[in-house]
Amino acid sequence: MTTTGSIVWARRRAALGASWKLFAANRSGLVGLGMLGVVLVLALLAPLLVPADSLSVTRSTGGVLEPPSGEFWLGTDENGRSVLALTWYGARVSLLVGIAAALLSVGIGTVVGMLAAHFRGWGSALLLRVTDFFLVLPSLVLAIVLSTVLARGLWTIVLAIGVTSWPSTARLVRAQTLTIEARPYIERAHVLGGGHAHILLRHVLPAVFPLVLANTTLTVGSAIISESTLAFLGLGAPGTVSWGGMLKAALDTGAVTAGAWWYLLPPGLAIVVVVLGFTLAGRALETVLNPNLRSRR
Amino acid sequence: MVDVLTTTDSAADLKRGGGGVRGGSTLRFVAAKIGGGLVSLVMVVVLGFFLFRAMPGNPVRSLIQDRPGDLAQVERLKREWSLDKSLFAQFLDYLADLAHGDLGTSFKYRQPVTDLIWDRVGATVLLTGTALVLSVALGIWLGTRAAWRHGSRFDQLSTATALVLWSVPTFWLGLIVLIVFAVGLDMFPTAGMTSPGGVDGFFASVLDTGHHLVLPALTMVAVVYAQYLMVMRSSLLEEMNADYLTTARAKGLRDDLVRSRHAVPNALLPTVTIIFLHIGFLISGAVTVEKVFSWPGLGLLTYEAIQVPDYPLLQGSLIVLAGAVIVMNVFADIIYRLIDPRVRTS
Repeated sequence: MTTTGSIVWARRRAALGASWKLFAANRSGLVGLGMLGVVLVLALLAPLLVPADSLSVTRSTGGVLEPPSGEFWLGTDENGRSVLALTWYGARVSLLVGIAAALLSVGIGTVVGMLAAHFRGWGSALLLRVTDFFLVLPSLVLAIVLSTVLARGLWTIVLAIGVTSWPSTARLVRAQTLTIEARPYIERAHVLGGGHAHILLRHVLPAVFPLVLANTTLTVGSAIISESTLAFLGLGAPGTVSWGGMLKAALDTGAVTAGAWWYLLPPGLAIVVVVLGFTLAGRALETVLNPNLRSRR
Repeated sequence: MVDVLTTTDSAADLKRGGGGVRGGSTLRFVAAKIGGGLVSLVMVVVLGFFLFRAMPGNPVRSLIQDRPGDLAQVERLKREWSLDKSLFAQFLDYLADLAHGDLGTSFKYRQPVTDLIWDRVGATVLLTGTALVLSVALGIWLGTRAAWRHGSRFDQLSTATALVLWSVPTFWLGLIVLIVFAVGLDMFPTAGMTSPGGVDGFFASVLDTGHHLVLPALTMVAVVYAQYLMVMRSSLLEEMNADYLTTARAKGLRDDLVRSRHAVPNALLPTVTIIFLHIGFLISGAVTVEKVFSWPGLGLLTYEAIQVPDYPLLQGSLIVLAGAVIVMNVFADIIYRLIDPRVRTS
């Protein structure tokens, strides 16, 4: 047992090493990974490095919409709070909601996609029909309705984004599952008496997992854009600092007409950096894990 | 938000499968598509009912609990949505109202939702239509150039630009465009669709609306064209090594003829399908862009409904926007079938 186990692990390590070498050869993927690493560390360290007072409306020390200065590197907002501190803290909500919503979305998509491909008959036809229905719908409008009718909160946003953005993953996973289930080793597992659960969990899931992983990375990016959009529309979680919420406050308090560019640029650029990071890393991952794409990108 | 970057596989899927009905008569195909569209419309109607009334913690209940002050409003909603009846009876009433084109009365405007939506449709069609036409043209043109010379500096540059633009939230780009071109440089109006007070004469008013249209349309095009570029680029790349291109070259055709007569038409089919599949994304983008530029369309109306929250109005916009997207997709499917030469000959 131990020897087979160690052989399997050695083989997995080798495969992982080869994948990493391919990933590392992709310069934009490395850049994306680096961007994400920096943002993640900053977001985790925010409570240690940013004084909590700088987020408080009542204890803020700056003037209203002050331009950048020695004291406030990125100026102040309409309440005299430091835009730098707000943007720094905003990373926490965006990353948390983005990653949680992407996991939910990809989770639903993977389950639906695998079931729709594995089973035949009216059940899978119905799943496919529902997938195509949600694929076409304007997902933001649906997410807006969900966040309006449910109680405000971080998890409502996660739910609203997660349950409206899964169909593209479902289609992707379904196509991949169909390809895998056509292979002889699945037929062998069938013949040896493997049930549906065994085949789906032990054979199909590991085989679609790489694709799902790359898809998750890409989905986090679009989930973060959705999160900031919902917050911008006034559907953010009360009492939290988020990039979309900052931009909404900027527009509502007339920062745009006042020309307060220092209030608009930091949160927006932060969104672009994080989303671009996930997109670059996701595309590089896709290239590594999907040999068909290797020659093309 | 739909993940356009990962849809190359579904593009290939669509191209190969084509729905599995290829070879059947066109009439049967059209009937099947219209039937599917009708089923989707029914699903939208059910969704509109379910989200607002049957879901746990539904808004009506919370409205009654949270806002005892608005008794008149609650009473009206109770009457309008016949909340004292059973859920099934409510659903039947809702269907009957819908069949009469009655979407209820808006809390905010105290007017029929149908009238409010009808007044705003034109503005949204103008904005999204302009943005769609421009982004499709730009995306297909640039995507073709990028794929045909893939690996070139132009390809690298246009792909990088597309990726960055894809990562930009539409509303933020709108804010930046607004602060630079309308506030800073004062080249365009900051808000609305027409100048306050109006202008005299037909051409003057067309020019005035066009002037107001530039910035919102530009913002939408910048975000949307990038996706079309990526889709067109990858579907043309899939055709690049096809044998028929070698044949065309062996015949002695000039390079740009090989591209425009042979490669592009084949790559265009999956691209067009994806463009229509993602039309809902365009509509979603309109919500924020219309808010930023105060463009008086359905998006701004939806935004206003969120702020109240105005449930009848929100329900109305959901049904109308989702319905419009479904109808457009059915049209796209049928047109696609009619223009696909492989289908016509079979």
